[in-house]
Amino acid sequence: MFSLIVNGERHKVDAAPDMPLLWVLRDILGLGGTKYGCGQNQCGACTILVDGEAKQSCMLPVGAVSGRRITTIEGLDGAIGKTLIAVWTELDVPQCGFCQSGQILSAAALLRRIPRPTDADIDTAMDGNLCRCGTYNRIRAAVHLAAFRLGGGK
Amino acid sequence: MSPQLNRRDFLVLAAGAGGGLTLAAVTADAAEPGAFAANAFVTIATDGKVTVTVKHLEMGQGVATGLPVLVAEELEVAPAAIRVAFAPANAKLYNNLLWGPTQGTGGSTAMANSWKQLRKAGAAAREMLIEAAARRLRIDRAGLVAIDGEIVHWPTARRLSYGELASDAARLSPPDNPPLKPASEFRLIGKAGVKRPDSKAKSNGSALFGGDIRLPGMVTALVARPPVFGAKLKAFDRSAVLRLPGIVAVVPISSGVAVVGTDFWAARRGRAALKLEWTLPDQRPSSATIRQDFTVLLDQPGKTVRNEGDGALGLELGVTRLNAVYESPYLAHAPMEPLNCLVRLSRDRCEIWAGSQSQTADQARAAKAAGLEPSQVEIHTIHAGGSFGRRANATSDYIVEGVETARAVGAPVRLMWTREDDIAGGCYRPAFVHGFDAALDGGGMPLAWRHRLVGQAIIEGVDALSVEGAANLPYAIPHLQVELHSPKLPIPVLWWRSVGSSHTAFATECFLDELAHAGGKDPLELRRVLLADHPRHLGVLELAAAKAGWGVPLPPGKGRGLAVHESFHSFVAQVAEVKIGPKGEITVERVVCAVDCGVAVTPDVIRAQMEGGIAFGLSAALFGEITIRDGAAEQSNFHDYRCLRMSEMPRIEVHIMDSAAAPTGVGEPGVPPIAPAVCNAIFAATGKRIRRLPIGDRMPE
Ligand code: FES
Ligand code: FES
Repeated sequence: MFSLIVNGERHKVDAAPDMPLLWVLRDILGLGGTKYGCGQNQCGACTILVDGEAKQSCMLPVGAVSGRRITTIEGLDGAIGKTLIAVWTELDVPQCGFCQSGQILSAAALLRRIPRPTDADIDTAMDGNLCRCGTYNRIRAAVHLAAFRLGGGK
Repeated sequence: MSPQLNRRDFLVLAAGAGGGLTLAAVTADAAEPGAFAANAFVTIATDGKVTVTVKHLEMGQGVATGLPVLVAEELEVAPAAIRVAFAPANAKLYNNLLWGPTQGTGGSTAMANSWKQLRKAGAAAREMLIEAAARRLRIDRAGLVAIDGEIVHWPTARRLSYGELASDAARLSPPDNPPLKPASEFRLIGKAGVKRPDSKAKSNGSALFGGDIRLPGMVTALVARPPVFGAKLKAFDRSAVLRLPGIVAVVPISSGVAVVGTDFWAARRGRAALKLEWTLPDQRPSSATIRQDFTVLLDQPGKTVRNEGDGALGLELGVTRLNAVYESPYLAHAPMEPLNCLVRLSRDRCEIWAGSQSQTADQARAAKAAGLEPSQVEIHTIHAGGSFGRRANATSDYIVEGVETARAVGAPVRLMWTREDDIAGGCYRPAFVHGFDAALDGGGMPLAWRHRLVGQAIIEGVDALSVEGAANLPYAIPHLQVELHSPKLPIPVLWWRSVGSSHTAFATECFLDELAHAGGKDPLELRRVLLADHPRHLGVLELAAAKAGWGVPLPPGKGRGLAVHESFHSFVAQVAEVKIGPKGEITVERVVCAVDCGVAVTPDVIRAQMEGGIAFGLSAALFGEITIRDGAAEQSNFHDYRCLRMSEMPRIEVHIMDSAAAPTGVGEPGVPPIAPAVCNAIFAATGKRIRRLPIGDRMPE
């Protein structure tokens, strides 16, 4: 039994300690927004926040995050998260959409650390998130726009 | 009116046990009494809500945006007010008009198919609403106009909403040939500002993909498949698996052994513990031998697919002779969402939730696997996390696996592929070797061009899928031969975004660049001359060249390359700018793209598809390669099947040609020109020719 704090709610989870957090979220807690793309820390589709830091969840044993604050796309409701989701929608970033939860979680962690990131900051923070549809340039534009909005820009 | 529409179920999510997503089937608005199902595509509820049924799969290419716009234009409603529903499997109502009696998505056909069909559907609904209003108001219909969801009679300022008219309109018979708006009156088609209806759900995590849907009692299955292409299961031992927690069943199915668990992790652990014995096939090729065999064939005449002039004579008459061999590897599609489907089976019914790309074929094969009639199989098409062709395949592999497993275990089954299953599982873009022999005349102009292609057929006997882009080479060259060898190999191959053009554009556009340089001509200038009779090629070529600043010198270490290609009746030219670093590092800095796809229905979707096509093609050009060893793929995940990342994405500028031609596709045509444009740019920067893909991220030695 593990005690997890997911999106502000405490859950008791009955899982093997080596079960990756991704599958606890998806298959036990029923939170489908976090995606499986590779299972090998290679694609970022499974990105979530652990205590505000972006982490890939597909190889992260649930036993390692007991008691830590976990945020998934479903719970990304602070100013940064809301702004990111809004600008993503405004710029029509997604194509197939499958990578985008992970992209937005990585972007959220980036903006929390660096409120006005440069292109190089974005490259560093987002390089772990693959997008096979090639939406990278719109993602970049959306991160800049979100930073601008959060900084009080209209 | 279509009973199919009225009975259609759609999915709603309700909070289930443990906050999980549970699926309930409820009847759609379309079945509401009094709703107006004008045809198979347009339904208007009594509250005025418009539902447009989209028969193509939304796998990212924007059909859920572009197709409803066609209806909205004629029906006079705002696109944002439209609810989009994905069509059920029904080949009678929803066949792809370009494919005959079969429903499916591919070949960049969605817009070309729908241009008339959906405008007519919208116009028919509009005309019926006008007729209903005329009868209700007892006035002549000539005085009535449709505006933004209402039928208005200006002289008396009376207006009736579509919702108010729905039940009356439902009793009218649809007109055969409703008038369509002239292009001059378009207020949506070709205009900026149409938003994708699914961006929000795809940004906030609520969009549903196959793996996200849950049914009560559902179990998850992974399949252990042959480790070598063509291997057959000899024996398996499940005892170790059955001792593991969460294992429900281990059952043989036609593609291997399905390991069924309470969840993905249980099934995955179980599959790893499964002991399997396989009978290996005698023929277990490797990339090196395949390459050798292909190269040998280059010296032998192949099947002629085009023959103009006198090839041998042309080559002899030439003043300068050139030959070259170009090579393209096997490629996996690697859509972001690995294949999956959800299947619920009962005695007389089979329900499937999947990003189905070929519903009619999937339905037939599912029926066979379930022991039912196709009419007893219902496919709920949902969003697909990419496909690039992978989901439409000759065996409906993942669908059949889901049905067979569900039949064996007697519970709803979520069938999933891992990324390893996906990358190593075959269905590759076939590897091709291209041999060229050409001659220039004394003025440096191409006189003869002989092109031999060697590569597996995607469908046996259908040469077009191998030679498209090569057989229809647009350049005016007097002696022109194209020949094909289609050797058989046990490597499963499939269409991959842009199909034949994904390799023919690379080979032909690079070799043409070689001819230009050998003849002392600027590559743009040579193309201009040779394309004099191809105005649409020329149009995009000129536009891309002008916007890219073709001819303006670049600093040392940088180069510009050009390519133009027609695929799926759309024309795309791209100019790539590359920088070569001191250690030979290759950076593609900028790509200027011009596209002519006829009427640009939703310009931002077109831009997105060009951006995405360029990224997809560049990813393959730089890194994409599946190598075969002893009959199996050597790659298994993104660490060894590398894909383009954010930091490697060039700046992209997309320019769309003004055109009044009927619209054509954009999902694939952005892909073919990027590899040759980049390779030609590398030549411009370094004087070195890249004739074999992938390039890698550094200049090859
Ligand atoms: S699924 Fe975790 S990084 Fe790909
Ligand atoms: S939007 Fe399809 S993978 Fe990113």
